[in-house]
Amino acid sequence: MFDEHAASDGSGRDGEPGGAITRDEVAHLARLSRLALGDDELGHLAAQLDQIISAVARVQEVAAEDIPPTSHALPLTNVYRADEVRPSLAPEQALAAAPAAEGQRFRVPRILDEEA
Amino acid sequence: MTELVRKTAAELGALIASGETSAAEVAQAHLDRIAAVDGQVNAFLHVDRDNVLAQARAVDERRASGAALGPLAGVPVAHKDVFTTRDLPTTAGSRILEGWRPPYDATITRRLRDAGLVILGKTNMDEFAMGSSTENSAFGTTHNPWDLTRVPGGSSGGSSAAVAAYEAPLSTGTDTGGSIRQPAAVTGIVGVKPTYGGSSRYGVIAFASSLDTPGPFARTVLDAALLHEAFSGHDEMDSTSIDRPVPPVVEAARRADVAGLRVGVVKEFAGDGYEPGVSARFAEAVELLESLGAKVVEVSCPHFSYALPAYYLIAPSEASSNLARFDAMRYGLRVGDDGTRSAEEVMALTRAEGFGPEVKRRIMLGTYALSSGYYDAYYGKAQQVRTLINRDFESAFEQVDVLVSPTTPTTAFPIGERADDPMAMYLADLCTIPSNLTGNPAISVPCGLADGLPVGLQIMAPVLGDDRVYRVGAAVERALEDRWGGPLLAEAPELAEAAK
Amino acid sequence: MTTPTLMPYDEALARFEPVLGIETHIELGTASKMFCGCPTAFGAEPNTQVCPVCLGLPGSLPVTNHAAIEGIIKIGLALDCTIVEWCRFARKNYFYPDMPKDYQISQYDEPLCVDGHLDVEVDGETYRVEIERVHMEEDTGKSLHVGGATGRIQGADHSLVDYNRAGIPLVEIVTKPITATGDRAPLVARAYATELRELVRSLGVSDVRMEEGSMRCDVNVSLMPRGASEWGTRTETKNVNSLRSVERAVRSEIERQAGVLDAGGRIVQETRHFHEDTGRTTSGRSKEEAQDYRYFPEPDLVPMAPSREWVEELRASLPELPAARRARIQREWGLSDMELRDVVNAGAVGLIEATIAAGADAPSARKWWMNELSRHATERSVELADLPVTPEQVARVQAMVTAGELNDKLARQVFQGVLAGEGAPDDVVAARGLKIVSDEGELASVVDQVIADNADAADKVRGGKVAAAGALVGAVMKATRGQADAGRARELILEKLGAS
Repeated sequence: MFDEHAASDGSGRDGEPGGAITRDEVAHLARLSRLALGDDELGHLAAQLDQIISAVARVQEVAAEDIPPTSHALPLTNVYRADEVRPSLAPEQALAAAPAAEGQRFRVPRILDEEA
Repeated sequence: MTELVRKTAAELGALIASGETSAAEVAQAHLDRIAAVDGQVNAFLHVDRDNVLAQARAVDERRASGAALGPLAGVPVAHKDVFTTRDLPTTAGSRILEGWRPPYDATITRRLRDAGLVILGKTNMDEFAMGSSTENSAFGTTHNPWDLTRVPGGSSGGSSAAVAAYEAPLSTGTDTGGSIRQPAAVTGIVGVKPTYGGSSRYGVIAFASSLDTPGPFARTVLDAALLHEAFSGHDEMDSTSIDRPVPPVVEAARRADVAGLRVGVVKEFAGDGYEPGVSARFAEAVELLESLGAKVVEVSCPHFSYALPAYYLIAPSEASSNLARFDAMRYGLRVGDDGTRSAEEVMALTRAEGFGPEVKRRIMLGTYALSSGYYDAYYGKAQQVRTLINRDFESAFEQVDVLVSPTTPTTAFPIGERADDPMAMYLADLCTIPSNLTGNPAISVPCGLADGLPVGLQIMAPVLGDDRVYRVGAAVERALEDRWGGPLLAEAPELAEAAK
Repeated sequence: MTTPTLMPYDEALARFEPVLGIETHIELGTASKMFCGCPTAFGAEPNTQVCPVCLGLPGSLPVTNHAAIEGIIKIGLALDCTIVEWCRFARKNYFYPDMPKDYQISQYDEPLCVDGHLDVEVDGETYRVEIERVHMEEDTGKSLHVGGATGRIQGADHSLVDYNRAGIPLVEIVTKPITATGDRAPLVARAYATELRELVRSLGVSDVRMEEGSMRCDVNVSLMPRGASEWGTRTETKNVNSLRSVERAVRSEIERQAGVLDAGGRIVQETRHFHEDTGRTTSGRSKEEAQDYRYFPEPDLVPMAPSREWVEELRASLPELPAARRARIQREWGLSDMELRDVVNAGAVGLIEATIAAGADAPSARKWWMNELSRHATERSVELADLPVTPEQVARVQAMVTAGELNDKLARQVFQGVLAGEGAPDDVVAARGLKIVSDEGELASVVDQVIADNADAADKVRGGKVAAAGALVGAVMKATRGQADAGRARELILEKLGAS
């Protein structure tokens, strides 16, 4: 990678201008990622992401259509456990680290709506 | 510094087993060393002295009662803060988990305990194992014992520094893109990434699940093999764990010969970007292997140059999902819950405050690579590259028994040098990443100094050929120690010991 | 926003053709959860059936429950699906407080079972519902919404989460679009849900209780103007938790969408919620942006490749399926289509079968379950199968009737006693003294007394008005607390009054 980087001045924007990631896209990604980023942080990240994405896009040069994808390091299959009950945590253990709890349940801020 | 902290793990285990010293004495010596130097090194995030001594006394009691002890019983180990521990906080170097006490032990934690190892404490790391310097830790940077102004590598930099600074004879790490091998290389010690699935990930706070591989650090190849053997092997709690016997790594480390072995030099791992000193030490190591009877050939792995971009798509993609659970609902930090904000807002505020810049960068990158419309062009392509790299390895291992390369292109870089330049930081993993993408085992062993800083030799083997990297690593270690008249680490400057 | 008026159902159907799609979630009745060993019992105290895995604690890893995979393959086979040779789990990424990892382990483009069908009957006509896919996933926790007026999510000021249900194995069954059902669309939807429930229940892999949420339906509805060829925009109605609600939700959505379209509006692709109380659907929160679930292969789990041998073994182990069973019992029990439907809808097939197996004749077995016991079930608002009476007990009562020891009225009292927990039928008979009075002398004296007490009626009978004997029989039954043989009493009365 990053051959381009060696030759660049580090200011970013090594990629095609058309492939640049926009600030709106970065804001969208931040929402999807549940990150409340300030304007400065968004701007900074947009520049860095643009640079990184331009560099990693190199994967598109080499991988031809007929190459199968690999999702796991090793080709294992069919790993199962028997349907046996094992001890659960005590509720006090389960709730020990909860930022807030009430009635042996995790207390969370109001939820906007069912998502799925 | 007492002589005890200079001893290898194998020596300490033997001394404790024979009763010449006690686990408590050994533990105390290391606690003293930590007290004396960790103020400068900052290898540890959590040390609980009483707990350490209690563990050591338990071993001594078992010995006194006549119980048979394993080879590492009573030997101290520094444990990367990415492994869950019931009795110590586990933070993965992140603010978002500050103070978290897990209700369960990682499988490797449990196996350390079962083997009688004494857990000294939890070591510093780049937040969620993302980084090559520990500068991304939320709790301060660890310093390289060779030069305190330089990084100890990362992400397992606390673990590498602890061993290099004689604060522990052994330590644990995890290697996702080089996070054991690169810190081992730049601190002049031994670090091993086992075959993926050879060591359990259960209780390892995930960075990139298909790449994360726990492994050992030590000052000698044999010590690393002993620790490897102690904590590896099948775990039914990890679906990706391999249900096969652990390769005979200890035997291989003792054997330490390369006669007749075919060694391939990866052609693509050379040239611009490699410091001249690193290239020179590597060339000498190859000559050394040849002189020891290995048959050296040059091997081409044409797709290895795509490993880094593929890695920087796959690892952040998995990370973006793995780190979603840090949402302020069940454990960890919660920010902004003032009774008016929604769960969604509290999640976003907490994550923005609780994660550091590199973690956020990678979450965003991974979210991008997986999002609809981009998946095929980025994540999908990266997975195809993974296939191509695997094919490169397969065809290389038809010609040779092991592959060698420099572990990392440079020696330890100064703290701060790359902190704001993620692209430069990522280059540290150039040579180590291919093995992560394919699950192959690899070791880094010291192979000399460049401008007074350690250089590492990487040895890679086929999947489940972990014994081979120990065998070759031990042969190189033995030959170089003969040449140098002692371990490389003896060249490291003495750290000033703080007054007690 | 204005609320368009609903269009009357008949008019809606005259102008529009509905297209349905049904997604059904079924919790499997395994002993332990999908990916961990926690128990699955319904109704446990909050957060008592959780562990590091199903709480999504950092470092924990899933391991697939073999019985769950067996269960889904059985469902797939029963739906005549193809069981694929290789598939993976995928992560569905979205943030939600009741989802511990903030992703759901599910399946995306590689479901385990594909291309099946289920035939359902409405008013004597058979509709083939094509099944697109059947896939495996995990359930979420449950939230209790606190504050606000309704206990609903809207207006609550915080929520309390119980993760006992998190990680329960969940099978999702997705139909292909169901077309050409015309005005029977709601009935076809209900018949499909009913048939699916019967099918899964017959397999013994789930208790499929909609009221406990172990079976839940999401109903997709779209309308296209009659004569059009392109489908309209669909809505997805969630929260449909009874068979009746499935029918009502479809009907309501047809009326609503027709009203919107009639008023010149557009149907918004959205999630809607069904309300049992009003029988109407309301819009879910309109999403600012389309969901992007960023699916990718689950790296913590290895692919599944069910062997053909295993699949065939499971196929051979399938019980008689409901359709075949219905055809058989209709033949064996001599039922009309209508009678069969009533028995099926009442969920009485298995109960009646078991009663017959315990010795009762088919008509009697059916009579008790469909009349007397159904009435009790309705009164108590429980399923027939949940009444505290066994088929063996029903057979025992019928045996006493056949032997002339009980009449129907007494038998009903016996059932009352059994249902009230007074013990087995024989115990109730003994305790309540419920035996037919068969002693001729005793009955004759009662008859004499009744004739004496009811001179008017007796005269009428003497005068040839035989129908008036009914009142006298009634009086005898009253005097014997129902324990007389009514037929024999009538004979005696007529005999004594010379009217025979």
